[in-house]
Amino acid sequence: MRMEKKRFIQKYPVFVLFAVLALLIVLMAVFAPQIAGDVSPIKGSLKESIKPPSAEHPFGTDKMGRDIFVRVLYGARTSLSSTFILVGVVFVIGTFLGILAGYFGGWVDAVIMRLADMMIAFPGLVLAIAVAGILGASTKNAIIAIAVVTWPKYARLARSLVMKIRHTDFVAAAMVTGSKTPYMLWKYMLPNTITTLVITAATDIGGMMMELAALSFLGFGAQPPNPEWGSMLNEGRNFMQSAPWLMIYPGLAIFVTVVVFNMLGDGLRDILDPRTNEGR
Amino acid sequence: MGKKQILSRLLQMLIVLIGISIITFLLTYLSPGDPVRNMYLAQGLMPDEEQVAVLREEMGLNDPFLAQYFRWLGNCLHGDFGTSFALQKPVVTLLAARLWPTLKLALMSMVLMLIVAVPLGVLSAVYQDKPIDYIVRAITFFGVSIPNFWVGLLLILVFCVQLRLLPVVSSGGTFKDMILPAATLAVAMSAKYTRQVRTAVLEELHSDYVTGARARGVPEWKILWGNVFPNSLLPLITMLGLSVGSLLGGTSVVEVIFSYPGMGNLAVSAITSYDYYLIQGYVLWVAVIYMVINLLVDISYNYVDPRMRLRR
Repeated sequence: MRMEKKRFIQKYPVFVLFAVLALLIVLMAVFAPQIAGDVSPIKGSLKESIKPPSAEHPFGTDKMGRDIFVRVLYGARTSLSSTFILVGVVFVIGTFLGILAGYFGGWVDAVIMRLADMMIAFPGLVLAIAVAGILGASTKNAIIAIAVVTWPKYARLARSLVMKIRHTDFVAAAMVTGSKTPYMLWKYMLPNTITTLVITAATDIGGMMMELAALSFLGFGAQPPNPEWGSMLNEGRNFMQSAPWLMIYPGLAIFVTVVVFNMLGDGLRDILDPRTNEGR
Repeated sequence: MGKKQILSRLLQMLIVLIGISIITFLLTYLSPGDPVRNMYLAQGLMPDEEQVAVLREEMGLNDPFLAQYFRWLGNCLHGDFGTSFALQKPVVTLLAARLWPTLKLALMSMVLMLIVAVPLGVLSAVYQDKPIDYIVRAITFFGVSIPNFWVGLLLILVFCVQLRLLPVVSSGGTFKDMILPAATLAVAMSAKYTRQVRTAVLEELHSDYVTGARARGVPEWKILWGNVFPNSLLPLITMLGLSVGSLLGGTSVVEVIFSYPGMGNLAVSAITSYDYYLIQGYVLWVAVIYMVINLLVDISYNYVDPRMRLRR
């Protein structure tokens, strides 16, 4: 066991490094209250208003005297949890519909795929902004908005993977021996799509995080005073001249997190899918 | 494209157009708020229940779904997209005034992106696995991981606040006003595109005819610019068409940051004031623009790739 662990690290040092970093970010979000101690991310003292970074406030404070470091820390909770929920929702819905379309074909396929075509006809963020804006500004609605425009990508992928094996002999054999449809979908179709879709989901985490942050930045996602990186950037925008740290640190938080998760996704792809190699 | 292909393509477009119109209409039909009430609120008035009921009837909001949809569609086809509640002007007039600034911005960022991405991508492919390739790949990696709204804010911080070279507010839409917004949009796109150029050029460099040309002693630069580069253009044009989509979405965020007078900025303020017709108009227009651009991309294949012409 120990030998295997060591070999894995030696074989994929970059992946392990970024897996550890990603875990660290997640742990920081989970233990935000413990790390921040009794400093509140929402209540500040006006005496501490607009202080530049110092030993006491490593990232400075905002207009309401709130500690930016603590807000960035708590913001990780909103950003990470909403991103993971979004990726999960899109993954499940897209895969499910894609497998159905590919397996059944005919009108099921036609309905699902034409629906997907229509969604793809809209440039991504445009429809998401409209959906988020019309449903009302909240984290939940931002997730719905982006899910609505992203699921077709997963559905198309799952469908094409299912179509590849749909008419092979082993599937026909399984059907002849009397396998029921749900069993066929679960035991044959899903396992054949899952690897590629997991890779896609993993590489999409960073991008989806940026899209959610963009909606919050425009005011259609998480609402103040709750800390969220995108909306913190929006608040900081008005203090560009007097307090640039208000927009530097939340942006840096998004950037670093996205870099780590993108590297993690790429690493995962290299491990799970040896066919794609980074050099090409 | 042959006649048959064009016909089937037009039919597909028609189906997608109908889909687009249904989804756009559903956007406001399903919205949780009452449009009439919001119309009053947008003008800063307190709605009076009786007036709301009368106006609802007048605007046909009590009619069945299909009746409402077809009336709306008919109006759209006649160029009537309704009147903006908040700005009290026809949606067509408002959007038309903002269309060119947005397209201009998208175009400029695309030119900027090509200027950066094509040389970097080719360089990176030619010197594969050499230091320069690693540097370019590292830059593109950071480029795709940086949120464009943060890039915009950082550029403002450096060029407007610190160096005071450019205006913070780009509301004029002049060339000088467009530099920073276009640069912001170009960052992420260049990174993505550099990778694509690199992949496409590498693919061609590894093909047999290159080996053959080299064996015959054709100079390397002649192979690169005479054969390899033209051949790798096709996937790049497809990418360009697709990236228009993310560009049109991305402009809205960047337009807001720089107070640039484009469609996206207009739409975002329309959403904040529940200006339904304006939002509908925006979504519909952008979707149609996107579709037309992708059609043009498909047609351009004919000219770029002679094989497409032979395939009738």
